[in-house]
Amino acid sequence: MNLAEWRERDSLYEASARRRVLGLLDQHSFQEILGPAERITSPHLEQLGFPVSFDDGVVIGSGLLNGKKVLIAAQESGFMGGAVGEVHGAKITGLLQLALISPVTAVLLVLDTGGVRLHEANAGLVAISEILHAAFRVREAGIPILVLIGGSNGCYGGMGIFARCCDYVIMSEEGRLSVAGPEVIETAGGVEEFDSRDRALVWRTMGGKHRYLLGDADRLVVDDIQAFRAVAIEVMQKPKPLSLESILREHQCLGERLVAYGECKDAFDIWKKLGIPEFGAIPLMDNDSFHAIVKPYLPKEGTEEETEHDR
Amino acid sequence: MIELLKFEFPGHRAPMRPVRGSAFAGVVNSGNLEVLIESADLGGSCHVEVKTSANGFRSTWTAVLEDFFARNRFADIKVSINDFGATPAVVSLRLDQAAAEIMEMGAK
Repeated sequence: MNLAEWRERDSLYEASARRRVLGLLDQHSFQEILGPAERITSPHLEQLGFPVSFDDGVVIGSGLLNGKKVLIAAQESGFMGGAVGEVHGAKITGLLQLALISPVTAVLLVLDTGGVRLHEANAGLVAISEILHAAFRVREAGIPILVLIGGSNGCYGGMGIFARCCDYVIMSEEGRLSVAGPEVIETAGGVEEFDSRDRALVWRTMGGKHRYLLGDADRLVVDDIQAFRAVAIEVMQKPKPLSLESILREHQCLGERLVAYGECKDAFDIWKKLGIPEFGAIPLMDNDSFHAIVKPYLPKEGTEEETEHDR
Repeated sequence: MIELLKFEFPGHRAPMRPVRGSAFAGVVNSGNLEVLIESADLGGSCHVEVKTSANGFRSTWTAVLEDFFARNRFADIKVSINDFGATPAVVSLRLDQAAAEIMEMGAK
């Protein structure tokens, strides 16, 4: 991607939740469910003296993706850090449940969240467990769930766990995926453990490139809504198997990862162990050169094998 | 706490165009706000309901809204706002964005 193309791209990172939904779907196909005019707002925030949002920070609805009917949700990064409150969570759960009773090809979730909305505490925690439960039912029905991560909040907390329970994780370098966020780790473990103000450290530990190298993200795309859309179209009809064998295989991979990299202090150490000669230059590589260089070192198990012969 | 402010404007006798449906702009983020404009049968007048985290700014809201309705010839609309401490300039911008969107919808 040259400079002119870079300027022309339709950045997902900078777009609002609504803009993301409209850019991902086929033109004029989006039909919002429980839009702002319905005023389904948080019952908790007002009591605490916080302003509410008419859509509680998540846009949900249906539309067409390359002519196929899909359901879609996008979290608004600006409102409460995209965090999941009771209503916000119920909207996502309801959308997933809708996939079970209406014929859809896939469910797309554009996540941009710090996890549970702490103001709503238990209601937010319950909401995330309900989302997880609904997601497994959707996967059991063979409907793929695609998670798209490339916003300013990244994807953290319970929603980070949720993302890895879905069929596909599609990320940009700008996106981050983890459970405990940088500040949380620093608070619990001290600045020697993790310096949350070290942006480069945050990105190489949790960012899209590292997640892709470890196999947590299935695809890494440039920060362009159309690039996310193209990958979503490519995988939306390919549900991944969800079975005891697939879960056991996943557990085995995670165990092997811990053995292989458990002693590593930094992502650089992991990239070096992966055998990538240019490991020190990875953070500054653009998307094309990154893909060209890391291709031979990607995880062989599971997802990459499938995507390899898709191409 | 959240302050609730209600305003009523007479509405323009020769509105730009009849307004249909609803339009939405902005995000409830620090220093920002969201604006929802809906068509409503209000006998020609315009209602504004503001929920704001910044208390005690009624006169500022009045000035910004008077300016908005002076620049836009609306009638029969309901404006609902969730505000998280936006400055008057940001409020005007979001109002104009929602107004532009609802006028575009009426044009289709």
